Amino acid sequence: MKVETTTVLAHATYGGDYRCLELEAPGIAPEVRPGQFVHIRLPAPADAILRRPFSVFRADGDRLQILYKAVGRGTAAMRHLQPGDGLSILGPLGNGFPAAAADALPVLVAGGYGMAALYLQARTLPRRGIAFFGGAKAGDILCVPEFEALGWEVRATTQDGSRGERGLVTDALDAWLSGGGRDLRPEFFACGPNGMLRAVGGRAEAGGWTAWLSMDRHMGCGVGACLTCVQKIRDPDAPGGWSWVRICREGPVMECRTVVWEGDE
Amino acid sequence: MTATPDLAVRIGSLTLRNPVMVASGTFGYGPEYADLVDLASLGAIVVKGIRAEPTTGNPTPRTVETASGLINAIGLPGPGVDGFVRDYLPFLRRHDVPVIVNIWGRTVEEYGDVARRLGAVDGVHALEINVSCPNIKEGSKAFGTNLESFRRVVDLVRASTRLPVIPKLAPNVADIASFARAAEECGSDAVSLINSIPAMAVDIETRRPKLGNITGGLSGPAIHPVAVKLVWEAARAVKIPVIAMGGIRDAADAIEFIIVGATAVAVGTANFVEPGTAPAVVEGIRSHLVRHGLPSVAALRGTVVA
Repeated sequence: MKVETTTVLAHATYGGDYRCLELEAPGIAPEVRPGQFVHIRLPAPADAILRRPFSVFRADGDRLQILYKAVGRGTAAMRHLQPGDGLSILGPLGNGFPAAAADALPVLVAGGYGMAALYLQARTLPRRGIAFFGGAKAGDILCVPEFEALGWEVRATTQDGSRGERGLVTDALDAWLSGGGRDLRPEFFACGPNGMLRAVGGRAEAGGWTAWLSMDRHMGCGVGACLTCVQKIRDPDAPGGWSWVRICREGPVMECRTVVWEGDE
Repeated sequence: MTATPDLAVRIGSLTLRNPVMVASGTFGYGPEYADLVDLASLGAIVVKGIRAEPTTGNPTPRTVETASGLINAIGLPGPGVDGFVRDYLPFLRRHDVPVIVNIWGRTVEEYGDVARRLGAVDGVHALEINVSCPNIKEGSKAFGTNLESFRRVVDLVRASTRLPVIPKLAPNVADIASFARAAEECGSDAVSLINSIPAMAVDIETRRPKLGNITGGLSGPAIHPVAVKLVWEAARAVKIPVIAMGGIRDAADAIEFIIVGATAVAVGTANFVEPGTAPAVVEGIRSHLVRHGLPSVAALRGTVVA
């Protein structure tokens, strides 16, 4: 973990509101493990003072890529970054994904632009399985050629039916499970909105499988000091049967059985 | 012209190698930042608030970013005295840095109990008394804004330990000088200020508060000028050292505090953004003193022309 002033190599639109930021980060990029993230200091002047966390999409040699969607105050400040600009990043942070179970079929599940957080794991896993990508519309289904080039079978689902099956990503997952998938001993690696993660975790628990969920929580320092990004986990030894973990430090990847979901997630 | 100005400062019986600390609640208990910051470069580390027993803190969301600021309502989760001594103090003892423990309680008696227990272990160098956390529903908040309760807490802590004691003052009082004087009269070795400023933010679409605790405390660059004014008033009111905090981003912000009378400063929210802020502030103070031909940080203290 270190703070590094990186150099922007490229900053391209990736369709719609999505952008891909490529950084020269010789101190951090070689250290990144699948599922880890970096904490980016927004370009000045910005009255948004905190860093912003981003999953690492790709890390190749000294270079790393961040795939993001320009939606809020923080990402708006990033839109004008140009090749050659300096950018301070802190990382790599978080625990990352574990190695795959030997006898399971890896199954990736991504919602939103969660596929970006799964790419390094997809490249690292010893077996190629099935990847379920869900989004609101065709423009939200990203990186399909990249995953297919690694040997993954990608199944897309959109809520408006503009690409793949119409519905939620979990609808496609359920159809696959009942069509023989459950006999293949799936092990899930998932990143996306909390509702999707909870649903994937529920399928895994019901089937007796494992699901590794890359969780997104409102975050402050990124290193475990501020205690903003805390998540309840099951803890039989604690009063009430739960305790906090810090998603930035003990996460962001949590096994579904440990997570205590709140009512509205 | 002095090439190597003297940066050392004294807080009661404690000597700090430089006047730059890290503020309670913004640096964990030390290990969180040990990969990023040489702890021995700090004047002192002020660890997150400790009370008698383990505490879970507030529900989420616990922080919200506002214009040049951060509102927090973490709620002082922590391991309690025994957990701190068991899990963190051995780590801190291995580093060459004074450890100031921020203490709090739900009753006056609990403050005394915590002070007595922490004063009896090796590796704690001073106690900062948190009487002003805006996020605690129990007595703690009132201890910081009611002069009589404030005196009771400080008196009891003073009587419970031989360590230097440093009450941390709340900014939301009518007369900061009266609290600083009360601290001095009760035998405090220093006062620190300001704690975060009570604050609130609301989501205009859902009309719900943005914090799980509804209200919180504002910190960050937004509060710096408020802190400068209060530090100036407190420093004029007492002879004991004033430790200043509130929105320090760089050496200039820290130097401003010293000029209005602060003996030492603490970097807070900026640690979350740039972990190397405190060492950079030390270097910036040093070069400022050299540039102005001052032999020591003490020579800069209280030199405001007003």
